Formats: sequence, structure tokens, C-alpha cells
Amino acid sequence: MIGLGHYLTVAAILFVLGVLGIFLNRRNVILMLMAIELILLAVNINLVAFSAFLGDLTGQVMAMFVLTVAAAEAAIGLAILVIFFRRRGSIAVDDADRMRG
Amino acid sequence: MSMALSLQLIVFLPLLAAVVGGLFGPWIGKTATKVLTTGALFVGAALSWPIFFSYIAGHAEPQVVPVLTWIHSGSFVVDWALRVDSLTAVMLVVVTTVSSLVHLYSWGYMEEDPSQSRFFAYLSLFSFAMLMLVTADSLVQMFFGWEGVGLASYLLIGFWYQKPSANAAAIKAFVVNRVGDFGFSLGIFGTFLVFGTISIPAILAAAPGMAGSTIGFASMHVDTMTLLCLLLFVGAMGKSAQIGLHTWLPDAMEGPTPVSALIHAATMVTAGVFMVCRLSPMFEAAPIAGHVVTYVGAATCFFTATIACAQNDIKRVIAYSTCSQLGYMFFAAGVGAYGAAMFHLFTHAFFKALLFLGAGSVITAMHHEQDMRFYGDLRKQIPFTFWVMIAGTLAITGVGFGPLGFAGFWSKDAILESAWASGMVPGRIAFWLGVIAALLTSFYSWRLIFLTFYGQPRWAGSEHIQHAVHHTPEAEASEGDSALSPAHPAAAGTAGYHPHESPWAMLVPIGLLALGAVFAGQIFHGTFVGPETAPEFWRASIAFSAHLAEAAHSVPFLIKIMPLVAWVIGLVIAWNNYIRDPDAPAAFVAAFPGVYKFVANKWYFDELYDRIFVRPAWWLGRLFWKGGDIGVIDRFGPHGAAYAVGVGNRYTSRLQSGYLNAYALVMLLGLIGAATWALWWAK
Repeated sequence: MIGLGHYLTVAAILFVLGVLGIFLNRRNVILMLMAIELILLAVNINLVAFSAFLGDLTGQVMAMFVLTVAAAEAAIGLAILVIFFRRRGSIAVDDADRMRG
Repeated sequence: MSMALSLQLIVFLPLLAAVVGGLFGPWIGKTATKVLTTGALFVGAALSWPIFFSYIAGHAEPQVVPVLTWIHSGSFVVDWALRVDSLTAVMLVVVTTVSSLVHLYSWGYMEEDPSQSRFFAYLSLFSFAMLMLVTADSLVQMFFGWEGVGLASYLLIGFWYQKPSANAAAIKAFVVNRVGDFGFSLGIFGTFLVFGTISIPAILAAAPGMAGSTIGFASMHVDTMTLLCLLLFVGAMGKSAQIGLHTWLPDAMEGPTPVSALIHAATMVTAGVFMVCRLSPMFEAAPIAGHVVTYVGAATCFFTATIACAQNDIKRVIAYSTCSQLGYMFFAAGVGAYGAAMFHLFTHAFFKALLFLGAGSVITAMHHEQDMRFYGDLRKQIPFTFWVMIAGTLAITGVGFGPLGFAGFWSKDAILESAWASGMVPGRIAFWLGVIAALLTSFYSWRLIFLTFYGQPRWAGSEHIQHAVHHTPEAEASEGDSALSPAHPAAAGTAGYHPHESPWAMLVPIGLLALGAVFAGQIFHGTFVGPETAPEFWRASIAFSAHLAEAAHSVPFLIKIMPLVAWVIGLVIAWNNYIRDPDAPAAFVAAFPGVYKFVANKWYFDELYDRIFVRPAWWLGRLFWKGGDIGVIDRFGPHGAAYAVGVGNRYTSRLQSGYLNAYALVMLLGLIGAATWALWWAK
């Protein structure tokens, strides 16, 4: 039987993968966007799992909101990415250091 | 008009005029300011004389006019109130009369000055402060006026602020007066401590009962009244330029001449004498303080008279003469002859203002040359000034015999006779120093007259005169040759310069003052010092001793004749040295170079103070500046903090890598830290 613990474990693994994807990835900004999506999905799994476990629909409604916001965020992120590529000719994370102090 | 109303008008009209003229002078114009300020003072004078005469006639009671509540703090109560009695009435007359005449004189003297509104506003401000001082009902209000006249004096000495010497003189006057004011304020504090009040009538009523009590001061037990009187007297010494604190007065001559006449001769410098007379019951309860006053006055009287003999600047001669005359007033007060002190204050105001304004007229005629070595033979060119200066000199040297005499004769003889009649050692010493000073007074006053108005013209040596001549085409055309002679002190001749008599605005005040210098003593001596009439005039306003006045009247004939003998000797020496044998002064200097240098350098007081106070103050200032401020406060304060921030920034800015994932990592670590704290410690 698959219980709440399994769902939370999967979500935690996905979350850590997302976080590492942000930190360790030095090449590609698209990967970074995907890693953020991964973190959001991990949170969504947690929301849905707790919602089913507690019998409260609020969590699932919340998950729908997160999906919507994630879609909007991805659209904006990709748009920024396109502009970034046009200006710099590269989407490598190492090149995005204009803010160095 | 009731006395209360006229008193308020006398005091506050000059304030109103000063405020309007000072703040709105540029808008209402200089003529309006001049009319307003001069008018205010003339109204004051016109109201003061009836008050004075009503006290002489004896049908006016002392009264207090309350104005405003000022400080009510526990048992410390100070109100603004105007007090008038015989003593105040005398001062009101002196202040308003001299001030109004000086205002009028300034119309002529300051004719070409660009900031006349400011000048007249300052003059009126001074008059207001001086009137507050003399009408004070409490020591604090007197101190207010005291500081007010000090401020006005500072502003007016430094009136020509473009001149560095005028600024230096203004600061010197202020700082030296501060020393005296320190004593005065300590005296006020002590008075409040001892009497529990600073109301003058209450203090004077309680003063005799305090005689003989002691008080702890500077870890010693000293006589209360002696201590208080000496502290207050230090204030009087500062304001009245007595020996030790006199150095500011000659330098104050940097101010315009009307200022010298009004503030530094006739009124402000007499504030110390007025204060001692106002508090005379306190000084009567402190005989030792009285002796100190006598010695200081007599020493000043003699010492400044010697300096006056060796000065060449016409205004400085008169300034040192002022110090000397103030010395007379003080030793009169010291021996208990307060009536004689006030009498000399009264007559001195007329003849000293006259001498200063006359000197101003000479200076104007000689195109701002103040050195008497470049004068000579002016009596034909400026006869009116010559005659009034003669009147002033006859008054200051105390010419008179028997029942007839000029103003100074009556007051100075009253002082000297009182000093002798007091019978005490200090009085006798003061008498002899006073007689010697009278001889010196006669010498330097006639020296001034002879150098200025007699002999051959020596104008050619003056740079001012040469300047004037070269800028006057007609003079250059008529006597061009002599105008080209090089400038040197002994240069004789007129250089083609023609002195002109001053305008009417200047001559009218001098003429009126000359009347005062001639007749003031003759008319008022009975009122001020007559053994029968004076007690009725003074009543309780000063500690007038009819006994002393009686004794002064009946001193031996030889004592009475001494001032006249001194006058004749001084005149003969001056005549011999400057008319008969003009080479005599040079021969004297050659014979006694040490004496001459000592006196001409003012007994080296300025140099002494420079060594004792000024240079250590500079040294201390540099120490605190270089060592304390720059070395410690700046180093560890602003500069150190700025340096530390700069160094720290170089390290912290490395954290700002510009990489997004690095920021995200830090964010996450922070989040983890916060979550850990929330879960484990914050329960």
C-alpha cells in the first residue's frame, strides 16, 4: 500500500533535485527554469498528498493555483531568456555576471 | 505726563527705533532711520530732564514701574521693572543727553558712510541697553543691560568690519569684559546665595546686617560682604577699564569717533562707577572692599595718566584720560564719597564727550589723520573747534578758584578733598596719587591743545593729508611743489592743504556740550556734594555721608589749593615743551630713554598679557587642535570610521559575485537557518 510517507519522499527527492539543479548547473539558464518547475511540482505533490490524507479540498485547489502561476512564470522566464540571448548571444549562467560588485 | 509713562517712553523708544532702523533700515531709507533714532533719543532727553529736576526740587519719590514678568522659579523671582530714584535720574540725564547729541553729531560725522542705518540702529540699541542698566530694579536686569551695552560696544567698535584692527579691537573688548563679567556673575550668584533675593532694594536693606558674617569660598572662610563686593567690583573693573582690565579701552578707539564719545567715555564705561554707587550700602558694610576700590582707582588714575602723556594718537590720549578720570570716580567711591563720584561721572560725561567729539571734528578737518605730530597751527583754520576744545580742556584739568570754576574743578576737587578728609591711609594715598594725576592730566591735556592748535603746521608729513592733496586738483595747482615733498614725521608746512570747519550737525552738539563742560559743575555742585543740600537730593539712593561732605568742605587751605598748583605746573611744563622749546621733548626722551619707552609702551601691559595669557592660550589651543581634535577625535571618530567602512567594503563586495545561483544558495541557507531556529529554539 502506498501511503503519505511515499508521496512525501518522492516530493522531497524532486525538491532536492530541483535545488541542486539551480546550484550546480553552470551552463544553461533553461535548465535553471526547469529546475524551478521541478521544485514547484514537488510542492504540488505535497499539497495534493496532504489534501487527500486530510480529506480537505483546499490543498488541491491550491495546487491548481500553483500550476497556473508556474505556467505564467515559465512564459515570462522564457521571454526574458529570449531577450537575454539576443543581447548577449549566449544563455550560459556563467556569462550572466553583470551584477558583480 | 505721569513719571511711569515717561520712564517707559525713555527706555523703550530707543529700542523701538533700533529694531525698526536695524531690521527695516534698507527699506525705509537711511534718512528715516536717522530721524527715528535721533528723535527717540531727543524725546528721551526731553523727558529725562524734568524727572531730574523734580528730584532736585525734592517733590519726587523713588518709584518702581513694573513692566513684565520674567523668571519665577521657586524663590528666585525676577521681573522686568524700571526703578527710578535720584541716582537713576542723574544717569538718565547723562545717558539721554549725551546719546542724543552724539546721534545728532553722527549725522555730520558719518555723512559719507555707506551703512548709516546700521550705525544709528546700533547707537540706539546701545542707548536702550544702557537705560535698562541704570533703571534696573534687580541685579539680573542690571546684568542684562550690562551685557547689552557690551554687545553694542562690540558691534560699534567693529563697525568698520573691513578693518582687521577694528575686528581685533572688538574681540579684545569683548573678551576682556568677559573676565570682568565672570566676577560680576559670581557676585550675583553669591548675592542670591547669601540674601536669597536679587532685588536691589531688598539686598541693600539687608546688607548692613550681614557685616561681619563669613562664608566658605575656595575652601577658605572669608568675610561675606567683602567677598561679594570684591566679586561685583571685578565686574565694575572690566566695564570701567580699571588697571589690569583696562587694555581694551584704548584699542576700542578703532570704532567711529562718536562711538568713542558716547560709549567709551561718557556712558558705558561709567557703568562700573554707577554699579558701585547703586550698591553703596553693600560697600559700606565691607570696609576692606572699599580700601581695594580706593587703591585700584588711585592706581588706575595715576598709571593711565602717565601713559596718556606719551601717546601721539589724539583719540588714544583722550582714551587714557578717560581711564584716569574713571580712576578718580572709583577712589571717591572707595573712600565713601559716592556723591562726589557721581558728580564727577556727571561732569565728566559732558567734558569728555566734548573732547572726543571735538577730536572727531579735528580728525574730519585733517582728513582722518589722527596723529598729533602731523597737526599744528589749527586754531585759525577751525576756530570753533578750537574754542570748544579749550573749554573741554579747562573743564578736565579742573580750572577754577574759590566760588567760580569749570565743571571738572568742582567734581575733581570734591573727590580729592573727600579722599583727604576720609582720614584713612588709603584715602591719603589716593589723594597724593590723585594730585600727581591732576598734574599729569594738565600736562597731557595742554600738550594735546598745543600740539594740535599751536606751533607751526606739520601737515606735510601725513600720508592722509598728502592723499587728500593729490586728489584735490585746485590744491595741487596752487602749491604743487610742497605737496611733492616725501612723507616723514618732521616734515613741516601745510602741503597746500586747507582744513575746513565741520558741518553744523557736528558743531551744534559740541557747542551744547561745551555749555555743559563750563557750567555743569557751577550749577549742580550743591545738589551733588553740598553738605546741606545733597542729602535731600540723594536721600536713600546712595549711602551719602553728609559728615564726609562736611569734612571735605573744611579741609586745610593747602589741601584745597593742591589741584590748582598741579594744574599750573602741568600747564607750564606743557607750554615749555611744546611752545617755547619744541625740542625739549626729544631732549627728555634722549635723557631718559628707559622711562619714555616704558610709558610709551603702556607699561608693557599688552606684552605681559601676551606672554601670560595669549601665548599659552594659543599653545593650549594648538595642543587640543592638533593633538586632541585631529589626533584623537578625528582619527578614531569620523576619519577612522570612514577608513574602516572602506576596508570592510572591499571584503564584503567580493560576496557580490553577480551569479544568480550563488545568491539563491545564500537565500536557501538563510531559509534553512531560519527554519531551524523556528523549529528548535523559538518554541
